[in-house]
Amino acid sequence: MAWLGSSLGRRLLLTLPVAAAAAGGAAFLALLERMKHGTYDPHAVPSPLIGKPVPNFTLPAQPPATAGISSADLVAAKRWVLVNFFASWCVPCQIEHPVLTELAAAGLPIWGIAYKDTVDAAKRFLTERGNPYTRLARDETGRVGIDFGVYGVPETFLIDPHGIIRWRWAGALSDDVVRDQLFPLLRGGSGA
Amino acid sequence: MRRKRIPSARAQPIGALCLLAVLLAAAPFHAARAVSNPAEMLPDRAQELRAEAIGQELRCLVCQNESIEESDADLARDLRAEIRKRVAAGESDKEVIAWMVARYGDFVRLKPPFRMATLFLWFSPAVALAVGGIVVWFGLRRRPAPPQPLSAAEEARLKRLLREGLGNPRS
Repeated sequence: MAWLGSSLGRRLLLTLPVAAAAAGGAAFLALLERMKHGTYDPHAVPSPLIGKPVPNFTLPAQPPATAGISSADLVAAKRWVLVNFFASWCVPCQIEHPVLTELAAAGLPIWGIAYKDTVDAAKRFLTERGNPYTRLARDETGRVGIDFGVYGVPETFLIDPHGIIRWRWAGALSDDVVRDQLFPLLRGGSGA
Repeated sequence: MRRKRIPSARAQPIGALCLLAVLLAAAPFHAARAVSNPAEMLPDRAQELRAEAIGQELRCLVCQNESIEESDADLARDLRAEIRKRVAAGESDKEVIAWMVARYGDFVRLKPPFRMATLFLWFSPAVALAVGGIVVWFGLRRRPAPPQPLSAAEEARLKRLLREGLGNPRS
């Protein structure tokens, strides 16, 4: 190990750890920045359902809707649909509500599934805050939620015109997430 | 009258160590019993034990660092019930775990599977050990050689110094 004794070797030995620490620090700062913007969630779990057809399900209607939702409906829709699991008892759902309202106004169909909620509480939530959903169903036991790999609300899935799950977001949707993740998918996939 | 003997203070840390050892030894058994509600359990003892063993290998996604067998989360309770339903229906351990992984991904497995993406995870202890070994090896190699034994003259000087004390070395 003669090079260790040379001045170049010593300089390398000194700068390498410092450079490694600096690179680690920079990466950490970038993560913190992304967490601040809500585009990175350290607790996020990648969904194994991406690229797979929607799981089979049939759910009853959540008022004010009169018809429920089934997986067949999603396939038959033949267009991009956002499926949003929400609950009246969930605070992040209230935070993302304006984002959903904007998306609905932009013309994206959003199908809502009231997760582990009571009919009345979910209905009141929509009456008070407005209803961005084109269709509404309720998953009172959370059993369909399990088939979607839902582990908390809100959770949002983007379904393509063939009924394939293209994207999943666990947690409140934000303008940044919509702009950086959802819109590129919609533009790339359908020209919508 | 002789005073009653008081246990010496030195005995106390030993007692504390014994207690710690007992608690540590008991910990794994304590953790194994997590389902507190008997209504959740399967009537068949063997099936219940299998369901518990499966549940202990699956992560609760709400708390992320507990198994679904240990967690109080709502979702963990639902998943415990679903696992018991599947065990009672005669599914194998592998089938039940595959059912969970299909929905929640490999992350739910507290024992991650061995594949490309987890290679580093599995080998990182060995890598850390190897890097540590290399550092120690080079550290030892670079240590200066031990000094030569003293010559007869140095030996004599050392004896003189020890005898006279170190007073003023220049005198």
